[in-house]
Amino acid sequence: MSGALLELKGVTRAFGGLKAVSDVTLSISRGEILGLIGPNGAGKTTLVNVITGVHPATTGRVLFEGRDITRLKPFQAARAGIGRTFQIVQPFPELTVIENVAASALFAGAAPSMRAARAQALERLAFVGLADMAERNAATLTLAMRKRLEMAKGLAMRPQLLLFDEVNAGLNPVEIDEALRLIRAIAASGVTILIIEHLMKIVLSVCTRIAVLHHGELIAAGAPKDVVADPHVIQAYLGKRYAAGGSMHA
Amino acid sequence: MGAVGMRRELAIAAVLVALAAALPLSGDAYALRLGTTMLLYAVLAMSWNFIGGMAGYPSFASAAFFGLGAYAGAIAQTSGMPMALAWVFAGLAALVFAGLLGLALLRLRGHYFAIASLVVAEVLREVANSATDLTGGGMGLNLPVMAGMSIQGQAVLFFYAMLAAAALNFAAMLVTAHSRLGFGLRCIQQNESAADMIGVNTTLYKTAAFMLSAVFVGAAGAIYASWVNYIEPPDVFDVLYSVKAIVMVLLGGAGSLFGPLIGAAVFLGLEELVWRNLLQIHTGILGLLIVLLVLFLPRGLLSLSRRRWRAAT
Amino acid sequence: MLALQILANGLMLGGLYACIAAGFSLVWGVLNVINILHGSLIVLGAYVAFFAYTLWGIHPFASIAVVAALFFALGYVLQSSLINRVIGAPVLITLTLTFGLDLMLSNAMIVAFKADFRKLTLDPPLGSVSLASVVMPVDRLLAMVLALLLTGLLYLLLARSRIGRAIVAVRMDREAAALMGVDVKRIYAITFGLGALMAGAAGALLAMIFPISPIIGPVYLGKAFVVCVLGGLGSVPAVVVGGIVLGVVESFAALWFGPEHAVTVSFALLILFLLFRPTGLLGKKGYE
Repeated sequence: MSGALLELKGVTRAFGGLKAVSDVTLSISRGEILGLIGPNGAGKTTLVNVITGVHPATTGRVLFEGRDITRLKPFQAARAGIGRTFQIVQPFPELTVIENVAASALFAGAAPSMRAARAQALERLAFVGLADMAERNAATLTLAMRKRLEMAKGLAMRPQLLLFDEVNAGLNPVEIDEALRLIRAIAASGVTILIIEHLMKIVLSVCTRIAVLHHGELIAAGAPKDVVADPHVIQAYLGKRYAAGGSMHA
Repeated sequence: MGAVGMRRELAIAAVLVALAAALPLSGDAYALRLGTTMLLYAVLAMSWNFIGGMAGYPSFASAAFFGLGAYAGAIAQTSGMPMALAWVFAGLAALVFAGLLGLALLRLRGHYFAIASLVVAEVLREVANSATDLTGGGMGLNLPVMAGMSIQGQAVLFFYAMLAAAALNFAAMLVTAHSRLGFGLRCIQQNESAADMIGVNTTLYKTAAFMLSAVFVGAAGAIYASWVNYIEPPDVFDVLYSVKAIVMVLLGGAGSLFGPLIGAAVFLGLEELVWRNLLQIHTGILGLLIVLLVLFLPRGLLSLSRRRWRAAT
Repeated sequence: MLALQILANGLMLGGLYACIAAGFSLVWGVLNVINILHGSLIVLGAYVAFFAYTLWGIHPFASIAVVAALFFALGYVLQSSLINRVIGAPVLITLTLTFGLDLMLSNAMIVAFKADFRKLTLDPPLGSVSLASVVMPVDRLLAMVLALLLTGLLYLLLARSRIGRAIVAVRMDREAAALMGVDVKRIYAITFGLGALMAGAAGALLAMIFPISPIIGPVYLGKAFVVCVLGGLGSVPAVVVGGIVLGVVESFAALWFGPEHAVTVSFALLILFLLFRPTGLLGKKGYE
């Protein structure tokens, strides 16, 4: 049995004639922090959507813990142990912060009752540093706090695999450092992570492995230092001129 | 809130039911008729609250469920089924119908859902009009009159029947509001795709809400049919039933437990005032009320009090 | 041939349906408001034409211009004073508001005009023409032509004029239009005015052919909605396609199932489209 937690086999997602994701084969092992990078429009979010069941794969298979989950709907993927945060944060605006997190715990199957869900929610909020905001309305939070709320919600689902979609967009450097600290802490607690990110500095500082998408295709995957020196990757980001003998460090 | 809140709500409800149960003792036929209508309105409002208030889907299907229940109950009765059983049968018929209809309609959102739900009543009305052998068609359906009971006795019976329907409806609302279903519906109402992503089976929950919005309305429709003894398609499939349900909940405050009741009571009060004095323009006045309500009090009368009801966690 | 006759009937009806739905589609597409008033506005337009003819002998073709102007003003005022307050509110709120306004208008018409049906009979009657074996009453034919003409004018307005381009811009992306300097509130009012104008004018045309009464408002509203779903929102050609499809379907349904079921058939078609092809034959989906 391979150590792979998630396996993508020849996954393609087409919208009409356009292939947003094209024949991607990739696996993620337990304990990894995999960075998924690529220029805008490369298909990163679409790939995450396929994994979580928002868009069904046109062809190909998705395996999670050995099970075929290609046809699962989003709520089933959530209960199977795949958590996710959104690029554009999506709280429940009229619920309090703690209710937001408790909802995740309850409906993803991490907590058997609403009381247990609340207790777990409090723990998650403490972990991300939002415990004193618990009773506040989610809509009143600043962007940085909402990102942390997203994280807490994702964690509350007790996922085996957590997918972070641009969790650092819109944050200042101090906030980003804090987010990275949290990501490392989450990984240390045993959660496998896939993080979509387009800031190289962040990717290089936290990821154990990197995969690169370009026009929906996987053009490189491997150790960070190898990927950043890969000419195809450089070409994808910076164009042919930099490809020969260049590097991603500007 | 939690268990304490639920006990308090239950206590308030118990008091209301006790008060209502005492009404027939007054012997006033008009008050009894008004009371029965009030309970019917309460059922319409509370039922709509499941799908419209809690789940956030703008359903105009109340008239469809009401008419369906009326005809199901009436046909059952004329075929020999005992009256009370016919009422239960009608409720179940509406429940099943809503389940099937939900499969088709709940995939739609917003305007499309609203209009589709509105059209259903129209289609059912046409069907009732055409299936003359079954429903009497445009000539309507007469229900067997109860033998061996005085007019007053019958009025009391129908009052208590409607009270039972309303009490059961309230109980269902109470349980739902404090359950996973209620919490899930609130999540769906606020952000359906986020709810989906955290593990809420949105299809199941929405369908449950839709079915709950139908079962008591269907039973009430059957009780209504037995009460008035004669029904015809444009009477029971009247789109105004749907509109009134919505207006009553908006009036009282959507999504809350007692809002629909308050709204129903206020609405009936206004309607009685207008009916008695301004028969010719009563729909126009209703329209005016709606316009004023939407423009000036969109969160309902309950929003005037600063405390907002929140579900238990 | 019977089929040809039915087809011709369907096409004549279809042109009228396109005109009925054009204003409704515009308001839905641009303001994201389903205007429940639309049906009653059509009936009101019909009454204006009716009384103009029976009281002052003004031919309906002539009253169209007056009706158009009056209804544009009415729509403009209605939108800027009332409906504007709920733009952007949830579907339930906007629908309920226009429902309430419609109740007021239709009640007012019943009180003013009584519920009995009136028929505008042209004197002298226009007769009919025959082409092959197909008989076409001249009033229907002319009404169809005028209806399509009116719809075509709307199309030209949207495609060529500055106001029209602004309306289209708002329909595509309200925020972007505002950033480009479009006065969105004014555009909303103008669009609603145009919707009312089309409704009133359609009513004036319908008055020549069908009997009128305040109680048939909902029927026209239903037709407008079905046309929008069948054809799709987002363009005038889509409305024309939807109108013609509905007209033809209804005519054949009347033949095969009886005229009393024609409406049910069109509603059944509506539900099928809503389930399987809500974008319609030609269009984009409406705002949800």
